[in-house]
Amino acid sequence: MKTRYTEEHEWITQNDDVFTIGITDYAQEQLGDIVFVQLPEIDSEINKDEELSCIESVKAAGEVQSPISGIVLEVNNDLDGEPELINDSAEDLGWLCKIKCTDHSEFNSLMDAHQYQAFLRQLS
Amino acid sequence: MVPFAGYEMPVSYPSGIIREHQHTREHAGLFDVSHMGQILIEGDHCAEILETILPSDLISLPLRKLRYSLLLNEQGGILDDLIVLRTDPDRFILVVNAGCKHQDLQHLKTTLGNQLNISMVPGNSLLALQGPESASVMQSLGQQVSDMGFMQNRDMNLADIACNVSRSGYTGEDGFEISVEDRLADPLAEILLADERVMWAGLGARDSLRMEAGLNLYGQEMNDSLTPLDAGVFWAISKSRRPDGRQPGGFVGSEAIFDALSRPQEKKLVGLVPGGRVPLRGGVELLDQADNPIGHVTSGGYSPSLSHPICLAIIDSRHSAIGNTIYASVRNRQIPTTVSTLPFVKHRYHRVPDNLKK
Repeated sequence: MKTRYTEEHEWITQNDDVFTIGITDYAQEQLGDIVFVQLPEIDSEINKDEELSCIESVKAAGEVQSPISGIVLEVNNDLDGEPELINDSAEDLGWLCKIKCTDHSEFNSLMDAHQYQAFLRQLS
Repeated sequence: MVPFAGYEMPVSYPSGIIREHQHTREHAGLFDVSHMGQILIEGDHCAEILETILPSDLISLPLRKLRYSLLLNEQGGILDDLIVLRTDPDRFILVVNAGCKHQDLQHLKTTLGNQLNISMVPGNSLLALQGPESASVMQSLGQQVSDMGFMQNRDMNLADIACNVSRSGYTGEDGFEISVEDRLADPLAEILLADERVMWAGLGARDSLRMEAGLNLYGQEMNDSLTPLDAGVFWAISKSRRPDGRQPGGFVGSEAIFDALSRPQEKKLVGLVPGGRVPLRGGVELLDQADNPIGHVTSGGYSPSLSHPICLAIIDSRHSAIGNTIYASVRNRQIPTTVSTLPFVKHRYHRVPDNLKK
């Protein structure tokens, strides 16, 4: 399993043709207490950079754009009752959805963990 | 940190908005509100002259008492909302919004400057201690405050620091707003925070607390094209200054407001509870059943005390009955929203027990 990151602070983990997407710990910290997560519909087709999810915190609404194109396989229904899972566990239990995608080139062009850490350091 | 009216202000401290909010409702939150303006007004016949621009009964305002009031334009639009404090028979302090303070000062000087001395109070910080345990925190610093009612003011020493203290605030809770010399603000904050009942709280919690308490924020529920009737603050016009009062009108905007009073009310400020969990933010358009626009959300967000979204909105008054369902459109979804009573969370201001009244 490989994990990649975007400049919009999403993480994507690959498991064959299935990609799990979430927001990074840095992103959840910026958003603050999360109170609602709007998730995409299962089986919907999504293109790279299209809105995948909207995360509402006490402060603001944050749009999550899809870092890759594909079909939505599964969404994290636990977020319905417990949106704060993203605050508590952004890069594990707080995943947003799984997307099936056979073309891995979009994924491979994203930052790896080292590059993302360097990107974060440059922000602060 | 975010820019706010020319200041860098924390939206939240490390504990986060929800914890800061809940801590304030259960214990005591400490807010740095030093950005607010304090305008000093003094001179002969100060109360009478101020009554020509403020719709409050100031002549009979007791010393060391606060009153919520409004600055209005000729059309009855709200230029700012403020607290007026009488410190001496001919001396008042207006506590005004940060974003309006320079223009308020200019407006006051232009209209009253030839009759009264008007100046910004320099060098003072303002700390707001808010929450049900704030009185006992004051007590542990050596101050007996049980005979001090809400909206009263007193000079007092807190741990040997000279302060001017009002029992007031904008959270719906009991609390104190403490004016202190800038150089003593840090030490005072440290002393207050050393009490485990006290926690820093930022702009985010301040906003969610005042929304739950159904209290307006200038720039959201109030602006210069909304009258006190539209914005639900007609109560800020003292009874004696209303058309049936003993000293009706005579303040800037009174004619326009009295004129509006004689007509059916077009707009109304209401509380809304959206169905579901999507928070509706300020600016979201509201629709009736037939999709006609009827107003918009002025402030909205998540209520930490109620664990669901709430909003304040100004809508066509024909749709303002409590329990009525209207609709909000968010990201192409129609969200049914119920008009509900304000405040969302009951006020818990301190009243002096009868046996302590002087």
